[in-house]
Formats: sequence, C-alpha cells, structure tokens
Amino acid sequence: MKSPATRLSLILLLTPFLLWIVLLVILPHLQMLRVSFQVRESWDTLSWGLEQYANFFSESYYWRTFVRTGVMSLFTTFLTLLIAFPIAWYIARLASGRARGLLFLACLIPFWASELVRTYGWMILLRESGLFSAWLQALGWSDGPVEMLYNDAAVIIGLVYNGLLFMVVPLVTTLDGMEENLVEAGYDLGGGHLTVLREVVVPWAMPGIVSGCIVVFMLTLGSYLTPTLMGGKDSAWFTQQIFTQFITRFNWEQGAALGALLLGLSSLIVWAGLKLTGQSLRKVMG
Amino acid sequence: MIPSVPRTRLFDALYLAYLVAFFIYLALPLAVTAVFAFNDAPFPSLPWQGFTMDWYLADGTAGRTGLFHDDTLLSALWTSTRIALWVTLVSVALGCINAVLFERLEFPGKELLYLLMLLPLVIPGVILGVSILVFYSGMANDLSRQWGIELDVFRPGLTLVIMGQVTFITTLTTLVIAARLRKFDRQLEEAALNLGATPLVAWFTVTLPWLAPSLFGAAAMAFLMSFENFNTTVMLTGSDTPLTVALFNRLREGSTPVLNAVALFLMVVSALLALLSVRRNR
Repeated sequence: MKSPATRLSLILLLTPFLLWIVLLVILPHLQMLRVSFQVRESWDTLSWGLEQYANFFSESYYWRTFVRTGVMSLFTTFLTLLIAFPIAWYIARLASGRARGLLFLACLIPFWASELVRTYGWMILLRESGLFSAWLQALGWSDGPVEMLYNDAAVIIGLVYNGLLFMVVPLVTTLDGMEENLVEAGYDLGGGHLTVLREVVVPWAMPGIVSGCIVVFMLTLGSYLTPTLMGGKDSAWFTQQIFTQFITRFNWEQGAALGALLLGLSSLIVWAGLKLTGQSLRKVMG
Repeated sequence: MIPSVPRTRLFDALYLAYLVAFFIYLALPLAVTAVFAFNDAPFPSLPWQGFTMDWYLADGTAGRTGLFHDDTLLSALWTSTRIALWVTLVSVALGCINAVLFERLEFPGKELLYLLMLLPLVIPGVILGVSILVFYSGMANDLSRQWGIELDVFRPGLTLVIMGQVTFITTLTTLVIAARLRKFDRQLEEAALNLGATPLVAWFTVTLPWLAPSLFGAAAMAFLMSFENFNTTVMLTGSDTPLTVALFNRLREGSTPVLNAVALFLMVVSALLALLSVRRNR
C-alpha cells in the first residue's frame, strides 16, 4: 500500500522527468521520422511516400558516404581502444601513489579545451605551412612544404584524439577493480602474456571496454566539426550531408530521412556490440 | 604485466617510450595553440617572430584587432556564457530530480524509464539537434502558416540551443548525482526523522549537503559541456552565434592568431573551473 505522501512525491518527481524525455527526446525523434516519409509536391502540399529513402539508395554519393562514415567510425573506435588500453593499464595497475593521480589528470588535460580548439591545434601542426612540415624541412627530410592535412589519416588522428579520454576513464575504472590474484593465477596455470590478456584481463575489463567503445563510436559517428575542418574533398562525413540538407538547402524532408538512417545505423551497431559482448546498456552506461 | 610478474628490461623501456609518446601526442596540439597566441606574425605558423600581446590587446588601429577589442567574438563569448548558465541550471535541477526518482522510489516501468533516461547517450549529437529543429521550428512554421501565430521562441536561436543541449547534458548530470546518492547511508536520514525532522527538513539538512559535491561537479561538467558543444549547437543556432560556431566560421575564412588567443583563454578558464570543482570534491 502506498501512502498519499509517497504517491505525491512520485508524481512530483516523475513529471519533470517525463516532460524532459517526451518533449526533448521522444516527440522530436518521432516527428523527424514522420517528416522523413513526406514528399513535398509544391510549396504547400505534402504527400506521403518513400521518395527520400529512394533518393538515398539511388544516389551513390549518399550511401557511399554512409558506409564510409560507419566503417571509419568503427575503425577509429578500435584504434582508440588499442591506443588507450596500455595507458589505462599503466595508470590502473603499474603506477603508484602520486604518479597515478598525475598521469590520470594528464589524460584529462586535452578536455579542458573544446573539440574546436583541439582540431585547430592539429591543423596548426599538420597543414602545409604547419609545424610538422617546417620541422621536416629543417631536418632536411623534405625539400618543400608537406601537406598532411585534408586527408583521411588526418581525420582519424583528430577523431582518435577527441575520443581518448572517454576510452581511458572507463578502462581505468574497471581495471582498477581487478584482483591481481586473477592475473597471477593465469600465469601460474601456465598461460603466456597473450593468453592471460585474452582469458583473464579482457573479460574482466569488458564492461569498461564496451562503455568506452560506445561513447567513442557515438562521438565519432556524430562528429561534424573534425571531418569538416580536417578532411579533404574525398573525406566526406555523413553528418555533413545532413547539415547541407537542413541548413544550406532547406530540404528538411531529405535531411530527416538521412538523419533517421544515421540514427538507425548507430542504434544497430550499438545494439550489435552489446549483444556480441553480452553486456547491457544499463550495466555499461548506468 | 603486474608488479609481481617479472618483466624484461626491453619491455619496460618500450612501455615507457610508449607512455612518453602518448603524453606528447596529448599535449602537443594544445601547447602549440597556446604558444602561437603570442607570436608577432599575422599567421599562426613558424618562424617565430617574437613575443606580442597584440592578439589580446590590439585595438584595431595598427591593422590588428585583439580578442578584447573584437566585438563579434566578445558577444559570441557572452552568448555562450548565457546558454551555458541556463543549461547548467536546468540540467542540474533535472539531474537531481531524476537521481532521487531512480535511486529512491519504486514504481512500475522503472527499468524501461531508466533505459529511456540513458537514450540520449546513444543518439549522435547532430541528430539531437536536427530532431529538435524539425519538431519545434516546424511547429512554429505550421502555426505561422495556418493561423498566423508567431512563436519566435521556437525559431532557431538561444532557446532551441538550450533545449538541445539540455537533452543530453541532463543524462550526464543524472548519472553523476545518482552515483553519489547511491553511496548515501540512509540510516543518517532515518536518524534525522527519528529525531523529529519532517522528511523535507531531513532532505535539506542531511541528504542535500551530502549531495553537494556531486552537484558542484555536475554543474562544472554541464557548464563546460555546454560551452564547448558544437555538433548539436550548430543545427539550432540563430542570429546570436555562440562562441564555438563563431570560431568555426572564422576558421573557415582562414586562421589568425586571434583564434589562438581565444583558444588559450578558453583553456585557462576551463582549467580553472575544473580545478575548482576538483578542490570542492576533496
């Protein structure tokens, strides 16, 4: 039996939550989905249809960018995990006392600057008139200026840089709670480095790995800034096409369809990742 | 690879080299951005031409306009600050309410609602912005066309930017505050109730002070996330451009050391804010 006071407090606390989730998340996304099925026949008449989705499949530029963005985001996420894991291991297991705290703080430093500032820093380093180019010439390794910006590698460098913190922090948190006995037992039972890593460490760290990968993947896939500023003519990102449809062309119907497709892709990949690793969203995020 | 397992010298040396390389990779872009804010040259690139404060202080008379005399950037800075303050206020309040809701109350459908609460974390930032644009701006358009009612709050602008950012920042504040509330010893609250406090008094004198560090932490995080956000903001911004969008537009025209000056200024402000919240948490 619930007392009236509990009922009242439930209503008072539930209302703001529902307002937030319904007005800012559910309704806008449903509306986006609805608009994506509309076809504009003239400036004030609309009909229903799949034309926007048909455009996506018939226009190879659209779906190529779509596939490219998905594949490159997965690759970036994997690369971030590879780079971050040894660092997280060192901080969580090998460093001690003060060094540990300092190293952890050092990992957070880049995030005192916004994505824009971080990307700008990389532009200063990589572009033709940039520092790397100047250093290469000073060392005599190159005769003229070298352009290292405006290609896929540059985009990935920038995206990995943006994602690192979100990978290191959950990894350190889960590795921190691991019993050293487990690893010792692995070695005592005759396992080599790789076996212990695969059979003991990775399964233990899985919630942290999945949590880090989901956040980094979402940040990468939904990024607009870094691919736009660091990418070249051939490194289009799908978010740019959504932006173009909405802001430049005012073609909301097409933009909504592209948005729905990107949302579908991200949900599918996150869901598949959770299923493959046997984790739940609640466990890795909450 | 734990202290009790023997490692070779070579392995240790390689590991150390990797760590050093990693931290150089982390620091380099920010370090060069900061340094070139003081280079006495019209472009942020080598060679070094000497130290100058022009990119902060020049008033435009000598062909250079420093940050503190650049009206566009200053007003963008102010716009961003206003947005961030509102977002902080709303998302910390909502986060606090959500935390109590999910940590303290039992109700049917709680599991499902908790998953809904996490949902904004798995929606790309650009899509959050676009969906809010379609729903609210579309509504304003329809109302204007059919009944001639002008709902300018729902046109791209400050309100929509604040709404878009609140959408995902609230999830983060909820998680931060809920984590702290989970560690609270409920016996303390019961003791207060036994000693004659009403639930409301017990909440304000016992539970809320316990939550205070996480509220400050969540507020600092919300402020920074809002201030730095680009991907959601760019879809919703109107004539008042926030700083990240203004900088982005400048950057596309070409870079000048004024951008470095702004960048360094932002880094210092966020560092101070981060230190302040770390200190409060101790």
